[in-house]
Amino acid sequence: MTFKQMFTSSVGKKLVMAFTGIFLVLFLVVHAGLNACIWAMDGGVMFNKAAHFMGSFVVPRILEIGLFLGIFLHIIQGYMLTLENRSKRKVGYEVNYAKGSKWYSRSMAILGTILLMFFIIHWKHFWIPSRITGVAEMDLGNGFVVHNLYGVMQDTFQNVWVVLFYVISCISLSYHLAHGFQSAFKTIGVHNKRYHTMITSIGYGFAIIIPLAFALMPISFYLHWVK
Amino acid sequence: MSQNTMNLKVKVWRQKNANAQGAFVTYDVAGISDEMSFLEMMDILNEKLITEGGDPVAFDHDCREGICGMCSMYINGKPHGPWQANTTCQLHMRAFKDGETIVIEPWRANSFPIVKDLTVDRSAFDRIIQAGGYISVNTGNAVDGNSLPIEKQNADDAFAAAMCIGCGACVAACKNSSAMLFLSAKVSHLALLPQGAPERKSRVLNMVAQMDKEGFGSCTNTGACEATCPKEISIANIARLNKEYLGASLSAE
Ligand code: HEM
Ligand code: SF4
Ligand code: FES
Repeated sequence: MTFKQMFTSSVGKKLVMAFTGIFLVLFLVVHAGLNACIWAMDGGVMFNKAAHFMGSFVVPRILEIGLFLGIFLHIIQGYMLTLENRSKRKVGYEVNYAKGSKWYSRSMAILGTILLMFFIIHWKHFWIPSRITGVAEMDLGNGFVVHNLYGVMQDTFQNVWVVLFYVISCISLSYHLAHGFQSAFKTIGVHNKRYHTMITSIGYGFAIIIPLAFALMPISFYLHWVK
Repeated sequence: MSQNTMNLKVKVWRQKNANAQGAFVTYDVAGISDEMSFLEMMDILNEKLITEGGDPVAFDHDCREGICGMCSMYINGKPHGPWQANTTCQLHMRAFKDGETIVIEPWRANSFPIVKDLTVDRSAFDRIIQAGGYISVNTGNAVDGNSLPIEKQNADDAFAAAMCIGCGACVAACKNSSAMLFLSAKVSHLALLPQGAPERKSRVLNMVAQMDKEGFGSCTNTGACEATCPKEISIANIARLNKEYLGASLSAE
């Protein structure tokens, strides 16, 4: 058995989804944690320092490459899996079986597509200016000059449509995780009932808390809770 | 208990053979007792069709007592009809109301091609079993059962998995046409027992390979299979299958 055979079987493809999914979940924790610095109420000094660290230190930069690979794999595999699974029933039902599963469990690709659109717009808002086209700087004294990404956030989130789009994306993320979190652990083989019940509860908690934290960021700027 | 009779409309998928174009046909069935089983209602419909010189509706059935897994009907949007933990043959007409239209479809999946009307070819399941759903035993005297101690929990879990009757409702219910609940029941059943140990790794790899060859989809853990399974096979078995697969494929040469 080769690794290729291992990861291209029907079960193996799900392993790819699960490993990349769990990796993305870990990334969300780091991302939400760092962004929470906007609530330090210091005009963005702590946040800009944190963003500077992530952008200039070599370890996060290497992890960032891993992140892009992970997202890419997850998206490609997600679409391929969805299309392939759909093709397995050429003639559909007159009456669909909707009661047996949650709508969001059946809509992972649609929720994922909203997330993909979000990524593109989100990168355009922050990643591209920060890494490529450049942003205004903030002088923290003693010659320590950093990108003022906090200022970019302040500007970006003055537009109500942008805020709304971010909030909708967070809701999509929430449902994607409500299914995905527990599903990923099933996929990697956690069958023990005690652990699975625990993981499912943690998953629901995670699916609420993390997207809520993210959604509160644009809202905080729009409503001037943070200045 | 007094019997109630009802008049129903039955909207059935009719298809002459695997290659023919199929379509729904609606029939009236009158005077159905609520104490009848669903298949008795189908028998009455077929008697009527035969009397009128028509072609009876082909459907699979055998034991009519919920143990063989033959009675594959997708009724009103759920495999085996509206009741929980129930086969079509054990479904009774009291589940329906007078005047109701009942929609009956065959299992839908490319891997279960239609033979005729509601009858589908489920030999893909047989081939999956042939790929590893057994234990190899040398001939000779049977060993004393008590010489192989089995932990109670494992015996119970194995027995619960062995309940699977291979009906295919899990595939029919799944949006991905995945056969994972079926496969996981078979793999779990044998993985939990000492008799299954010698072929444990090759079994899961060969059975997954055969399942893929048969063209079933990939499981995405939606849970529709578990919700419709007449034998209440737990989706936890799928997680166990995944673990078996991960372990076996990592350690295989
Ligand atoms: C922050 C972003 C994301 C996170 C944290 C995430 C997380 C997850 C997790 C944990 C799973 C479960 C894997 C499993 O069932 O084994 C999953 C599945 C999936 N994801 Fe994502 N995902 C993200 C973005 C996306 C995007 C952008 C798409 C775009 C198409 C996508 C499409 C899918 C699909 C189709 C599945 C498969 C559904 C299933 O197997 O149940 N995801 N995701
Ligand atoms: S797992 Fe349940 S639904 Fe699937 S074949 Fe076995 S008995 Fe039927
Ligand atoms: S006819 Fe045997 S289970 Fe229904």
